[in-house]
Amino acid sequence: MIPGVDGFMYPNEVELQWSLLIVLYPYITGLVAGAFILASLERVFKVEAVRPTYRLALLTALAFLLVAPLPLQLHLGHPERSFEMYLTPHSSSAMAMFGFVYLWYLTVVLLLEIWLEFRADIVRLSQTTKGLQRLMYRVLTLGSDNVSPAARRIDDKVGYIVTVIGIPSAFLLHGYVGFIFGSIKANPWWSSPLMPIVFLFSAMVSGIAAVLLLYVASMKIKKMAIDMRCLDTIAKYLFYVFLVDFSLEMLDLVHRTYEADESFRSLDFMVHTRLWGSHVILQIVIGTLGPLAILAATQLWRFSEARRKMLYVTVCCLTEVGIFAMRWNVVIGGQLFSKSFLGYTTYKVAFAAREGLLPAIGLMILPFVIFVVLIKVLPPWKAGETA
Amino acid sequence: MDISRRDLFKVGGKILVLASVGATLEQIVGAEPAPDAYKMADHWWGMIVDIDKCIGCGNCVRACSKENNVPDGYFRTWVERYVVEEGKQPQVESPNGAMNGFPPLKREDVKSFFVPKLCNHCADSPCVQVCPVGATFVSPDGVVLVDPTYCLGCRYCVQACPYGCRYLKPSTDTVDKCTLCYHRITQGLTTACCENCPTGARQLVDFKNPKDPVHEFLRHNKVEVLKPYMATQAKVYYKDLDGSVR
Amino acid sequence: MRRLLRDSGHLIRPAAVLLAGLALFLVIRSALVPKAFGQYGHYRPGALQTIREHPIAFAGHEQCALCHEDEAKTKASGKHAGVACEACHGPLAQHAADPVANVPKLPVVADLCRRCHEKDAAKPTNFPQVVTAEHSGGMACNDCHKPHTPHI
Repeated sequence: MIPGVDGFMYPNEVELQWSLLIVLYPYITGLVAGAFILASLERVFKVEAVRPTYRLALLTALAFLLVAPLPLQLHLGHPERSFEMYLTPHSSSAMAMFGFVYLWYLTVVLLLEIWLEFRADIVRLSQTTKGLQRLMYRVLTLGSDNVSPAARRIDDKVGYIVTVIGIPSAFLLHGYVGFIFGSIKANPWWSSPLMPIVFLFSAMVSGIAAVLLLYVASMKIKKMAIDMRCLDTIAKYLFYVFLVDFSLEMLDLVHRTYEADESFRSLDFMVHTRLWGSHVILQIVIGTLGPLAILAATQLWRFSEARRKMLYVTVCCLTEVGIFAMRWNVVIGGQLFSKSFLGYTTYKVAFAAREGLLPAIGLMILPFVIFVVLIKVLPPWKAGETA
Repeated sequence: MDISRRDLFKVGGKILVLASVGATLEQIVGAEPAPDAYKMADHWWGMIVDIDKCIGCGNCVRACSKENNVPDGYFRTWVERYVVEEGKQPQVESPNGAMNGFPPLKREDVKSFFVPKLCNHCADSPCVQVCPVGATFVSPDGVVLVDPTYCLGCRYCVQACPYGCRYLKPSTDTVDKCTLCYHRITQGLTTACCENCPTGARQLVDFKNPKDPVHEFLRHNKVEVLKPYMATQAKVYYKDLDGSVR
Repeated sequence: MRRLLRDSGHLIRPAAVLLAGLALFLVIRSALVPKAFGQYGHYRPGALQTIREHPIAFAGHEQCALCHEDEAKTKASGKHAGVACEACHGPLAQHAADPVANVPKLPVVADLCRRCHEKDAAKPTNFPQVVTAEHSGGMACNDCHKPHTPHI
């Protein structure tokens, strides 16, 4: 009897291969994609109400994007060989796309857009600061200090184009992760054409919620006024995207239950036992139905400003937990049952190991540290703006 | 100075002789090493397994482990014992992969049999398809192999294999699996598991060899591959495989 | 036109940085891709050689027969004809390579016989198997059965 195993598993299946860090990776890239989509709402779709969060969203996306490869590097048996994905990418492998999509998104989309948006401030700061700071800003200007209105207009136009390119790029950055799972015919929990789409919509939900939380937090810390119209608009879009996300997940569930193919009995048992807490309670009830109900209430009834703020923050916190649970249920859930459909194993998260809880917590804190550094270097709010 | 025709012929002849001796020497001394006797293009490897011959002794598992230094707790091959009762889910076990055989089964009133399993060396392999860098591949002679110096240890292939035959080797942090004893079959030997199977339940086959018994075997027996609906073009054929086998 | 160039001139800089990065990547890449990669398929052909060089542990029954002709002949006429020598005697390639330096230990008979011949309902019914605890009254298997010609 193997400890932790019920029924029969192929001998090599007992130990999980993709750990907590692989749960973390799609969560982080999802936040990147979602934050960027929120930014594009203003830039491309002219939803002017969310303008106050535009720069914040870009910096949020960058902070998380810089951390995104780290869980993967910690997970690899040979991280020093990861550059092989750039040397000899296997064109039939979705994973091989990662290196290129990541670099493309980082440079041509995000860094370029941030540079174009912040250029006026960078040039100004390169002229007003001293010492090492001055040097840093001078480097960031890339040697040009042309911030004439005409040049800024061109920046704006180019920025628009970059954002337009950036939207499908963001979809690709996170959607391919869904495809990595969705294209595995060996695993019926993963194999589905819906997988990239479900990943994408849950990414948008988590990204929008993250930007809302960071906006509220930043305004509170800087003692600046929160733009309620902005907050209400973000919450509205969060609600719509969440509805689509929920519908897609329910569609998958109903379809599986109805067709009840061979894998169903095994997966159903797994959800009712090993995944009950993380799937039904955390992901569906607390992480989706709860936020949806609260958001629906805010759309249907009038609440005071203070109450709305509190409700939105609650919703976003629950959402982040729910979306993390969703990633957990996909990645870990897909490895808890045997491909023979005759047994189940258990996943014990290590603590201080390379792929354990401690590094995972560190990796989740790191983007916020980077975010704080970024907003110090590139302040998203206008100079001199206070409550 | 005048050179006579005779002198010319003398000198020319010497040069010619020297040149041909030199060229011959160069051919002998600077020659390429003898070409490989094993030609990959002449072979297309697979295996046939006869369920009715397997006695679950576990010799194959032990032999493979010794031949290939398989780490403890991981298996390049293993044997499963099925107990199939009418109207019920099959009961399956594989104690330590059958490294030490099985505890005897006493129940005579149900259908029971052994199923040896290994990498199926799929011709259309899903594990090869997903490798991001080309560390795992199908060799020109039909064996699915892993390049241990190139593998990143991402374990995508482990997830993609429908048969559970891959694992991450702890000592190298790269993915490992049955190599069909490539180092043996390219030298005219059979695999360690086939060599040590006492009943001949497992047999190495070469589809490209017209004299190989596999052709008669496939024509005269009811055979099946594992999970045929996965369409992996698996090359391990089972004779008399029961429908309950997963 | 000139004004357009002046106002958009700064865009050259990020473009230049990107192009420089791309060029650097291509240079590094051409130096690092393994030799002959892709010769047979999307992999490093040297891997085939590396794998083929793995040391051999089991010599194979044909090797044993070269020196141990008598035992091979005895076995070939008995019920264990299809059982390879190393199936019971363990991996002996090292012994075959240097018979004097590597003398193998004879296997412990009882455990060995039991592995195949212990009665198990899952074994084919026509395969010779007994409940060993009740079979021999405590005697060792090879007190009656000779391993190379086991049939009595």
